[in-house]
Amino acid sequence: MATVRDAVGGVQSVLVLGGGSDLALATVRRMVADRCHTVVLAARHPDRLEGELAALRGAGAATAESVSFDADDVTSHQKVVDDVFARHGDIDLVLLAFGVLGDQDNFDHDPVAAAAAATTNFVGGVSAGLAVAGQLRAQGHGTLVVFSSVAGVRVRADNLVYGATKAGLDGFASGLSDRLAGTGARVMVVRPGFVHSKMTDGMDPAPFATTPEAVADAVLDGLRRGSEVVWAPPALRLVFGVLRLVPRPVWRRLSAR
Amino acid sequence: MSPPHSSAALLSGWGRTAPSGAELVRPLGLGELRTTLDDAPTRGVIARGLGRSYGDAAQNAGGRVIDTTSVDDVAWFDAERGHIKVAAGASLDELMRHLVPRGWFVPVSPGTRFVTVGGAVASDIHGKNHHRVGSWCDHVSELTLLTPADGQVTVGPDRDPDLFWATAGGMGLTGVILDATVTLTPIETSRLLVDTDRTANLDEVMALMESGDAAYPYSVAWIDLVATGSALGRSVLTRGRFARRHELTGSAARDPLAYSPQVVAGVPPVVPSGLLNRASIRAFNEFWYRKAPARRRDEVQEIPRFWHPLDLVRDWNRLYGARGVVQWQCVVPLEAGGALRRIIAGLAEARCPSFLSVLKRFGPANPGPLSFPGPGWTLSLDIPAMVSGLGPLLDRLDLEVVEVGGRIYLAKDSRLRPELVGDMYPRLDEWRAVRDRADPNGVLRSDLSRRLGLC
Repeated sequence: MATVRDAVGGVQSVLVLGGGSDLALATVRRMVADRCHTVVLAARHPDRLEGELAALRGAGAATAESVSFDADDVTSHQKVVDDVFARHGDIDLVLLAFGVLGDQDNFDHDPVAAAAAATTNFVGGVSAGLAVAGQLRAQGHGTLVVFSSVAGVRVRADNLVYGATKAGLDGFASGLSDRLAGTGARVMVVRPGFVHSKMTDGMDPAPFATTPEAVADAVLDGLRRGSEVVWAPPALRLVFGVLRLVPRPVWRRLSAR
Repeated sequence: MSPPHSSAALLSGWGRTAPSGAELVRPLGLGELRTTLDDAPTRGVIARGLGRSYGDAAQNAGGRVIDTTSVDDVAWFDAERGHIKVAAGASLDELMRHLVPRGWFVPVSPGTRFVTVGGAVASDIHGKNHHRVGSWCDHVSELTLLTPADGQVTVGPDRDPDLFWATAGGMGLTGVILDATVTLTPIETSRLLVDTDRTANLDEVMALMESGDAAYPYSVAWIDLVATGSALGRSVLTRGRFARRHELTGSAARDPLAYSPQVVAGVPPVVPSGLLNRASIRAFNEFWYRKAPARRRDEVQEIPRFWHPLDLVRDWNRLYGARGVVQWQCVVPLEAGGALRRIIAGLAEARCPSFLSVLKRFGPANPGPLSFPGPGWTLSLDIPAMVSGLGPLLDRLDLEVVEVGGRIYLAKDSRLRPELVGDMYPRLDEWRAVRDRADPNGVLRSDLSRRLGLC
């Protein structure tokens, strides 16, 4: 069964938490090209999204707006989410797409910075995710898409903090999915591999590197199929099925960059 | 008074494609049904029958859904004139069991008898006899509705006809249907005399229907949408009429009105997705076409075999697995045979696997602004929802349909682009005005009405 109201995965309205995310924006562009008429981008710097909003309107979105959203300010999440649902009515899809990558070498010497990254990626995800879940439960339908990462499937030494935050977020999202069973609201977890994007600019690509557009296609395909977990590219599901099981010494060698 | 017997439920249509959560209330009689609009939640209320609409017409995410199926009494039955007044939750199955042995038949029967009288009105259902007698609401002389504006009201073709016809095919959005008074069809026997013609292609079946349908009360073609090339649109056309008493022989003649429909099999709740796929559907279509006789006349068939073969298998929709099935039914004007050919060629070319595809000629429309049938060709398909590229394919077919002034059937829809509804149903605003009178605050809502922006 498709996860949104439309039998073939069509989405009419979408809210993005982390509206600057390349992955989320690629997904939203695909949806607007289909039948999505309402887009709300919630971001730390909404003013920087004017060009993107204009492009979405040009592509057919009747409503495209940005709102201010600070992933670190967990006390504000409920209000931001409630306001969007109150002003736009039903929201078919919410993309939880904010997060910071950080540099593990810095984190090693700066536990405070590491904790800040954990707050953004995990704590913020929990707070925003629950605020969204409450709204979806009340409207009786809708899907929360949580952008996790393969980095959280098995945490790597050189990406330790980021991986751990994604592992936490992934576990939270999977549990929330079960928590919402039977309410009409659903959660889909997306686990991309290395994606060429703003976040990874200047980094050496990992094997199975992909693009935001390919991730967007995987998200849309997952919505159509009613998937609970989506891997991008799909081959990573098998790859990590194996990597999850290899002994620790082998994993240390394999994951060293 | 708060509504009776309520629980949280996840509801979907017969296609099982887009479930949503709602408060499900189950009134046990007309008295309780009359209270179900009280204290309506902010996300509104919609009535639901047996859930045979394929899409999301009888679900209401975050709101209240009324299960009417326990409210199924027959108020009265005039066996002389063939009129019956029956509560909305009664099924056509129950009606037929009651009526057939008494020499009466429902005026219109769809492909399943497991639909309610209320659903029959709300979807203004049609059957194999539309070309002769129209749709369900053409045979309804009176309806009792519970409207948010005026409470209980009685309407009919000559009594507030605007509200009556807005309710015919109004998808339950003009009021909760409490009961209907229906004019029945007299029958001498419960058997049909059926003529079968297997045609080599689409042109042949269309020509046969054009020239011959008028002679038959009941007519429908099964069409093989997998066949391509010179076999494009090859079909099995079955047409029939109820047998007269003197036309039966043997045991049938001794009990001419015998009627005992059976369910011979069920489908377990969990079926692997992909059981019905391109290969198995292609094989079924080939088998179904080959097994039909090239030409047969006056074969005696019982009602279930002729009308409701799928009802032999309980929960057959589960065969499509967890991802469900998408139905798509369009009507295009009679003069738009070219568009019909393009649609069928497009489906065959896309190798779109449709298991049970049906072609029929409709007769004249009735005055209902949202009533689906109208003079033309109607084609219905069911396609596993998991088929990739299905959304864009059906979007393209919708445009072909709109282009020639056709429309698709809301009772089966689960994915139409909202901006096309007004083109397909040009009297939508007229319908909205009547609905606003009956329900000024928008209490009656459904997933369908929200998805398509009907009201």
